[in-house]
Amino acid sequence: MSAVIEVQHLHKSYGDTVAVDDVSFTVADGEIFGILGPNGAGKTTTVESIEGLRTPDRGTISVLGLDPRRDPAELTQRLGAQLQDSQLPDRLRVAEALELYSSFYRAPADWRALMDVLGLAAQSKTRFGQLSGGQKQRLSIALALVGNPRVVVLDELTTGLDPQARRDTWALIEGVRDRGVTILLVTHFMEEAERLCDRVALIDAGRVVAMDTPAGLAGRVQADQRIQFRPSVPLDDALLTSLPDVTSVTRRGDVVVVTGNSNALNAVTSVLARHQIVAQQLRVEQASLEDAFIALTSSADRN
Amino acid sequence: MSVTATAPPAAARGSRGSALGRLTLTELKLLLRERVRLIVGVGIPLILVIIFGSIPFYNHPARVFGGLTLLDEYVSILSAFSLAVLSLTVVPMVLADYRAKGVLRRLRTTPVGPWRVLAAQVLVDLALAVVAVAVILAVARIGYGVFLPQQLAGFVVATLLAAAALMAIGLFIAALAPSGRAGMTTGQVLLIPMMFFAGLFIPIPAMSPAVQHVSHATPLGAAVEAMQYAAQGHWPHLLPLLTMAAYAVAFGLAAARLFRWE
Repeated sequence: MSAVIEVQHLHKSYGDTVAVDDVSFTVADGEIFGILGPNGAGKTTTVESIEGLRTPDRGTISVLGLDPRRDPAELTQRLGAQLQDSQLPDRLRVAEALELYSSFYRAPADWRALMDVLGLAAQSKTRFGQLSGGQKQRLSIALALVGNPRVVVLDELTTGLDPQARRDTWALIEGVRDRGVTILLVTHFMEEAERLCDRVALIDAGRVVAMDTPAGLAGRVQADQRIQFRPSVPLDDALLTSLPDVTSVTRRGDVVVVTGNSNALNAVTSVLARHQIVAQQLRVEQASLEDAFIALTSSADRN
Repeated sequence: MSVTATAPPAAARGSRGSALGRLTLTELKLLLRERVRLIVGVGIPLILVIIFGSIPFYNHPARVFGGLTLLDEYVSILSAFSLAVLSLTVVPMVLADYRAKGVLRRLRTTPVGPWRVLAAQVLVDLALAVVAVAVILAVARIGYGVFLPQQLAGFVVATLLAAAALMAIGLFIAALAPSGRAGMTTGQVLLIPMMFFAGLFIPIPAMSPAVQHVSHATPLGAAVEAMQYAAQGHWPHLLPLLTMAAYAVAFGLAAARLFRWE
């Protein structure tokens, strides 16, 4: 496994505020690697250090074997960046922006083709200030790709987009990965990380608290199952509370909410079957990446 | 990564032009699309030439100006005014706005870096300033019979040094201004006393000797002194030229040290 990005013991403070305490991770070639964490966890400072926008106080960073601070000229040729809250001049047109940015690179991609791929052909003459949020975001992805980079860093890519635009953007990112580009993705959307990322680093208070596949992270949380249903006939709670796998039974109107371990669903359904009760509108909630996020980041707070 | 994989086709490279060239062209397009800058930099000084030229009082030779008309004096003042408006309000407005919007930060992640966009911006505004001065001189000559600068080379040198000094001050304001609006407002506030000392409200020869000394020490006062002298056919004195050069170097260095990209 060849490493495209290697971050070791990164530390960065602003005055008395520690933005990044100690962060290390490695991103492999062709991977979509997610950086997840609550607001203020140090995600953006970490990726800005990788992009060469920040000088770390301690630690080492290597991107494609380059040090972002020592070799910015070469790094910027090979790394494409999509920054949080970065805009273009309002009166600059889409095609002009792409043509301008393509002139910055040694071996740029065909910007016209990129404009088509990102669904911006119809807006080629539209001024930046008149684009919708989704169009601006797609243009910023196009600009991150116009230099034909080996690595792309995308920071809060889909924040502010509506659900449809968000899903369209995810499909685009998968397309970029299929071209062999390594992607570092900063997000606070669990669904986005679950859908796109091969691996994620969960960062909290400037430290990596967990690093795994999204499913692996979710599996670490021994969260109880929550089972909800509407019984077809009135039901005595004792029937369920007596089960060893069930920890609690509560009611919300005529909906019964049962929590228990991973066996609870089996136990509950067999008891109901024995008493010929049908569980209507049955819903089971299992630990997700979001549960892992909450569990792992709040445990770090207590330390 | 083989070398051949990253080498661009020659045709693609040839059609792209240099990054600075493209940036300058882009800034020029943006300038032409943004009428405010054209109106502020060229329109207002031009309207003042027309207004002053149409007032008979300004067109009578006066003894205090050695037989020249007030308008003869005002053409240099209005040329300097045009340079000052562009440098002190337009440059800070655009650059501070670029910083606030993250345009400069985004450029830092590309191979060209943000310095070139600064250079492109200054080039375009200098070009606009040259156009503004030329238009003012032409309108004054054709419309109101004001003679073109008699010592043209001296006038050009004085104008370029004035532009350099004022641009450096504009960049200094841009370095410190938190937003485009703040940059423009700072420039406008600074412009009023500078224009006073440049003789826009009272001609410099009509000022008291003490105020005249202050005037000559200000960048715009020095500019007007040198430009008027050249307009009358003399090579400008060394002192105002050195004063302007000193402002250009001092504020240019300070701006370079203090400029923040974000």
